[in-house]
Amino acid sequence: MNAVVGAGVETGQKGPAPYVRIERLTKRFGDFVAVRQVSLEIQRGEIFCLLGGSGCGKTTLLRMLAGFETPTDGAIFIDGVDVTQVPPYERPVNMMFQSYALFPHMTVAQNVAFGLKQDGTARGEIESRVQEMLSLVQLNGYEKRKPHQLSGGQRQRVALARALVKRPKLLLLDEPLGALDKKLREHTQFELVNLQEKLGVTFVIVTHDQEEAMTLASRIGVMRAGEILQVGTPADIYEFPNSRFVADFIGSVNMVEGRLIEDEPDHVRIECAQLGAIVYVDHGVSSPPDAPVSVAIRPEKIQLSRERPEQTDNVLQGVIAGIAYLGNATRYLVRLPTGFLLRVTAPNVFRHEERLEPDERVWLHWHSSSPVVVTR
Amino acid sequence: MAALALLLTGGGDAVSVSAPAGTRLAGRFAAIRGALGRRAVIALPYAWLAVFFLVPFLIVLKIAFSNIQLSMPPVEPVMVWTADHVLQLRLHFSNFTFVFGDELYLAAFVNSLQVAGVSTLFALLIGYPMAYGIARAPGAWRNILFLLVVLPFFTSFLLRVYAWMGLLGRSGPINALLMQLGIIHEPVQLLQTDFAVYLGMVYSYLPFMVLPLYSAIEKLDLTLLEAAADLGCRPAKAFFMITLPLTKEGIFAGCLLVFIPAVGEYVIPALLGGPDTLMIGRVVWDEFFGNRDWPVASALAIVLLVILAGFVLLLQRVQAQEGEA
Ligand SMILES: Nc1ncnc2c1ncn2[C@@H]1O[C@H](COP(=O)(O)OP(=O)(O)OP(=O)(O)O)[C@@H](O)[C@H]1O
Ligand SMILES: [Mg+2]
Repeated sequence: MNAVVGAGVETGQKGPAPYVRIERLTKRFGDFVAVRQVSLEIQRGEIFCLLGGSGCGKTTLLRMLAGFETPTDGAIFIDGVDVTQVPPYERPVNMMFQSYALFPHMTVAQNVAFGLKQDGTARGEIESRVQEMLSLVQLNGYEKRKPHQLSGGQRQRVALARALVKRPKLLLLDEPLGALDKKLREHTQFELVNLQEKLGVTFVIVTHDQEEAMTLASRIGVMRAGEILQVGTPADIYEFPNSRFVADFIGSVNMVEGRLIEDEPDHVRIECAQLGAIVYVDHGVSSPPDAPVSVAIRPEKIQLSRERPEQTDNVLQGVIAGIAYLGNATRYLVRLPTGFLLRVTAPNVFRHEERLEPDERVWLHWHSSSPVVVTR
Repeated sequence: MAALALLLTGGGDAVSVSAPAGTRLAGRFAAIRGALGRRAVIALPYAWLAVFFLVPFLIVLKIAFSNIQLSMPPVEPVMVWTADHVLQLRLHFSNFTFVFGDELYLAAFVNSLQVAGVSTLFALLIGYPMAYGIARAPGAWRNILFLLVVLPFFTSFLLRVYAWMGLLGRSGPINALLMQLGIIHEPVQLLQTDFAVYLGMVYSYLPFMVLPLYSAIEKLDLTLLEAAADLGCRPAKAFFMITLPLTKEGIFAGCLLVFIPAVGEYVIPALLGGPDTLMIGRVVWDEFFGNRDWPVASALAIVLLVILAGFVLLLQRVQAQEGEA
């Protein structure tokens, strides 16, 4: 199914045994299929991000890992043990809830100690481990506060401490940073990665914020309508999306329809009516000839110039229809003779750059390795 | 008092000093009108309480310090305007010394508190699982179950207690069923026993227990229980560590709503209890209608009120302390 040959495809060689293995997991609510035939392998010490739009089944998948939902079909293995039917209170897994779910009638220290008390840990050890956790999340001195006496960011850190204090091998986080403002969010993302490295815990993080996923994840699983469309490193997902949805969902992209007119193992030519041109791509595509395909070109991979570029393939002309200055880059909207609008992003390298003006005629070109051809 | 003081001092602070005279005047007017409106809204429930609670209470209090006399009403006036133009206030404390001196009254108080306490406990033990079941029932069922709890209120309370008399009688269906099953061979005395009183109490006051409990349990965030399970807490333990403490307010409210009317209950012990079921409500009734001794009846009522108010204050104090800690 993968349209791009030799990139982002499983090489087939076996690494170490996966820490979490999910096999054909399905969850139905009545007639509605919330999670459909999901298979996944997550390695020890990974930060795995589940990314997808609202209602695509991320939380449901996570809740099945935690044991709050019973799968309709399929199995979950943690460290080689089938835990599909194990109740949540017996799983070696802890979860940080989207709403934090702190116990309102307990103090910060009691909240953090709760999990250890369930295991019958000795009092002295509980105290020292709670202290250790609280200093890890920088909440010393807040032991006696109740959750309602804390700020949102502090509550979030208590929730994290409570989930980590039992030293789980697997930590599930459901939109852990959803309630935080942008600055605090970025700071906490950094802290989370630090913590993860320090403790060696495997993280599975649910988010619908693609930037967050790119920042945190060692690998990302993109979900849509209960299915996992693609799994890969952030760079894989961004540079080699395997479908229109993934290309569109991650980052910004120009998506045009096309038809394969020349299909060689080392290059293809695609006729794109919307561009009024033929796109030359320097890698092969595994698709039947004449099949409809989509070509995805990232805005930052298109270059603008006043002079005609030297290359002959992948050159277009257009008129600047809109300019947005973003500080680090400038975003242009270029109208092609066909009327199609292309998004182009150009970095602002020099302070006194001579910028393009609205209504100016420009040349556009891109490298023949830049377009991604997707067949679904 | 507080409202009055606010009225005298408040209102003006909403007006800025630097504003020009015209707007300042208009602003002041608007502020005063707003303040008056707000106070009127607050005053309404106070007025209601004053007319329907405070005034009757003061009348009872007055009678409690009065003396019995053959007239209508059968009490001496407390304040007398004597022939030599003296306003005399005569307070008879004898009613209270009489009440505290007689062991019968003391026993009635103790017995009432005990019956009410035990009934409250049973209502809680039965009501909590009921409320829990309703709160956790699927949507459509919840409304039906809720309706079933309040359904008894659609018929008269008296009628329902009479119905129990029929059910518990020697030839009633309960005795008949027990005999059919061969558990007993001749009818047993169910009516006019303490058992019947407890049964009637729990039956009658159960809805008052279930309703506040239901609203407390229904409010409970279920993810807290998931969080507890996630941290290794078994469901049964989670109930005692999470659910119970977080529905404490509902338990307090339900217990007060059952306990307070149960202490002064008259109808249930009178109809279902035996001749030796001694409860304060019945004693007050007897003093009032049997002996026509309004002052002693009133003194009993005042003592009861003080005891119950003490209970409520104590509970509030406990609750406030727990909220702080
Ligand atoms: N208990 C349930 N009963 C019925 N449908 C449910 C239930 N829980 C979830 N669903 C449905 O399953 C789908 C997936 O829900 P889920 O909560 O997993 O979404 P999500 O990906 O976490 O979305 P979001 O980003 O908005 O949190 C949704 O369409 C939702 O309506
Ligand atoms: Mg979700």
